[in-house]
Amino acid sequence: MANKLTGQPPLIQVEHLKKYFQVGRGRVLHAVDDVTFSIPKGTTLGLVGESGCGKTTVGRTLVGLYKPDGGKILFNGEDITGVKGKQKRALNRRMQMVYQDPYASLNPFFTVGEIITEGLEIHGIGENKKERMEIAYDLLQKVGLHREHANRFPHEFSGGQRQRVGLARSLAVNPEFIVCDEAISALDVSVQAQIVNMLVDFQESMGLTYLFIAHDLSMVRYISDQTAVMYLGQVVEIGDIHEIYEHPAHPYTQGLLHAVPVADPDYEQARKGERIMLGEVASPINPAPGCRFCSRCPRATEACKHETPQLRYVGGTHQVACHNL
Amino acid sequence: MSEHLLEVKDLKVSFDTYAGEVKAVRGVSFYLDGGETLAIVGESGCGKSVTIQTVMRLNPEPPARIVGGSILYKGEELTSKTDKEMRSYRGKEFSMIFQDAMTSLNPVVRIGKQMCEAIRIHEKVSHEEAKRRAIEMLGKVGLSNPETVYRRYPHTMSGGQRQRVMIAMALCCHPSILMADEPTTALDVTTQAQILELMQDIQRETGCGIILITHNLGVVARMAERVAVMYAGQIVEKGKLSDIFYHPKHPYTWGLLGSMPDMQERSDSRLTAIPGSPPDLFAPPKGCGFAARCPYCMEICLQSDPEESPVGEGHTARCWLLNPYAAACRPVPPVGRDKQLVTPEVAGYLERKGVTQDGQ
Ligand SMILES: Nc1ncnc2c1ncn2[C@@H]1O[C@H](COP(=O)(O)OP(=O)(O)OP(=O)(O)O)[C@@H](O)[C@H]1O
Ligand SMILES: Nc1ncnc2c1ncn2[C@@H]1O[C@H](COP(=O)(O)OP(=O)(O)OP(=O)(O)O)[C@@H](O)[C@H]1O
Ligand code: SF4
Ligand SMILES: [Mg+2]
Ligand SMILES: [Mg+2]
Repeated sequence: MANKLTGQPPLIQVEHLKKYFQVGRGRVLHAVDDVTFSIPKGTTLGLVGESGCGKTTVGRTLVGLYKPDGGKILFNGEDITGVKGKQKRALNRRMQMVYQDPYASLNPFFTVGEIITEGLEIHGIGENKKERMEIAYDLLQKVGLHREHANRFPHEFSGGQRQRVGLARSLAVNPEFIVCDEAISALDVSVQAQIVNMLVDFQESMGLTYLFIAHDLSMVRYISDQTAVMYLGQVVEIGDIHEIYEHPAHPYTQGLLHAVPVADPDYEQARKGERIMLGEVASPINPAPGCRFCSRCPRATEACKHETPQLRYVGGTHQVACHNL
Repeated sequence: MSEHLLEVKDLKVSFDTYAGEVKAVRGVSFYLDGGETLAIVGESGCGKSVTIQTVMRLNPEPPARIVGGSILYKGEELTSKTDKEMRSYRGKEFSMIFQDAMTSLNPVVRIGKQMCEAIRIHEKVSHEEAKRRAIEMLGKVGLSNPETVYRRYPHTMSGGQRQRVMIAMALCCHPSILMADEPTTALDVTTQAQILELMQDIQRETGCGIILITHNLGVVARMAERVAVMYAGQIVEKGKLSDIFYHPKHPYTWGLLGSMPDMQERSDSRLTAIPGSPPDLFAPPKGCGFAARCPYCMEICLQSDPEESPVGEGHTARCWLLNPYAAACRPVPPVGRDKQLVTPEVAGYLERKGVTQDGQ
């Protein structure tokens, strides 16, 4: 895995990315606050962290749905931070996003076939309608649906089936970079395994690069080469996936990994009543200086309240932002 | 005759669509007692949601139609009740929490108002009393400042907070059964851990029964006493938690358990995805529903649907391999695939858990 990371030039480079939202009365929501990472071509970065920490905002800013308020995004070495017009449209095909919420992203008045062929048509793929339909049938089968499903409407599917339609639609236009935002969360395990195996196959055969956002930390471990752990708009720990899962250094990462329910009844029984990480993510609006995890941190000291910890290397590619390691 | 709180027997539910009849639930039986948690797991589209929604009669009828079977709640038959009669059960006797709180919360009505309305539909209490109870409930589910939350709109809250509000709302009339359809799927692990703990606390306190639909086997291991594994509209295996995880008998259950990545260990091998996809429920196969994907498929499996056979105390499975004559059946390769009998991953899983392949 390590060779896979070092041998490749980066496809995506994000430098000091900031995305703020004005939420009225002079209040500023720091959704993404100074985030830096890079994803080598053909590899996967898993992005994890609690709800509201800014994962989706990172993804949406990367694919150009939000304009960043600071920092740079490089695609294939080229600065794409403020591109417009034709250039932007070309990028739209090369970078796709598979969404968290299949209900909101599938047009309820289109059949599944129409949903998939729409993107093909926009980007001029396929000679005619018939050919585009053939591509759609092919994709439906690839994502584990039946050809006949092309004539049905999104509401006739179960949640998981709908999510596969979303995936088929994104794959249709032959992208290079895909942001999978909770794309498999609604699926049951055996189907998750199918889709993840499929994502891995597509990565190998087409050299796809992924930003994989998910709550399921075991799946993140399985699919990713690196992982970045976010907390309130900032990356608190980043590095080689196995290094982080085997030696998590940040107290937040440790709490996060500990909270994962393990599919082994005896193990779960044995740790019944163990303390779970308490509290909720604080407000990202006008955050105070100091470590943002401070209020929930079992290790917090005086310094944590005043000084923002910076990412520091603790070995290899492994970086951690914590005062008390 | 029914001594269980809820007993569902041979329930069959279909949807009448333009394209034909979708046989979503094809003969499902299970029971639930007070104070226990039953987990329902299974492939997407296998009928988990339809099953519990039918118990609450939340599916619009038509297109949904109860084709057969019975639902006994405290000994009373529910399938023949009218929608109006069912209304007094929903919220009062059964409550439901969904994956997405927004589907059951009205985004433009303040949380307090929604809760008070829910309480006053079922109980003749004053507005003040309803408000007092709502605020008490909001505090119970671990929301800080329940008075402030009472006045907020759902969309101004985080996913985890909304899920807590929904649980508070589901509980405000002290239901005896809480049905939770993927209650934590949209939440991050820490919030999930908190919500699961909350559900356990509430169960301990009120003695309610919980039916939990989830595809997260970790959540099952943490929460359930009993598990029902569904496939293509049927329960293919059910039993105690330890039966299902350590002595699984159905090939689908084996596949399911083998397809989880292991959090604790590094692995570069492929996951055991069960090949293919579930059968189309417009025309369910006449044999075993899993036959087309089963590495053990025998000729008889394609011909006729296996009966439910007992394999231990409270543990049953529907599979021809459990038939005493199974050894006499000639195995045929699964339709359209040449596969070894057990994938290495499944074999590895079974070995780790100390299960032998002939099911000891
Ligand atoms: N368009 C917007 N306007 C204002 N605030 C926003 C907007 N989009 C996101 N936010 C806020 O930015 C923060 C980060 O949100 P984001 O959706 O990126 O989180 P996330 O990590 O993807 O969470 P989840 O796991 O719940 O999907 C949140 O506090 C959110 O409320
Ligand atoms: N309104 C409807 N019209 C037609 N078919 C329907 C309708 N609702 C559900 N179905 C079908 O009934 C079957 C069972 O659906 P159900 O929603 O119960 O699945 P599920 O097990 O809950 O899946 P998931 O895990 O994806 O939520 C599916 O094949 C689905 O396509
Ligand atoms: S910097 Fe301090 S508060 Fe933040 S995580 Fe480290 S020890 Fe905890
Ligand atoms: Mg998100
Ligand atoms: Mg469902």
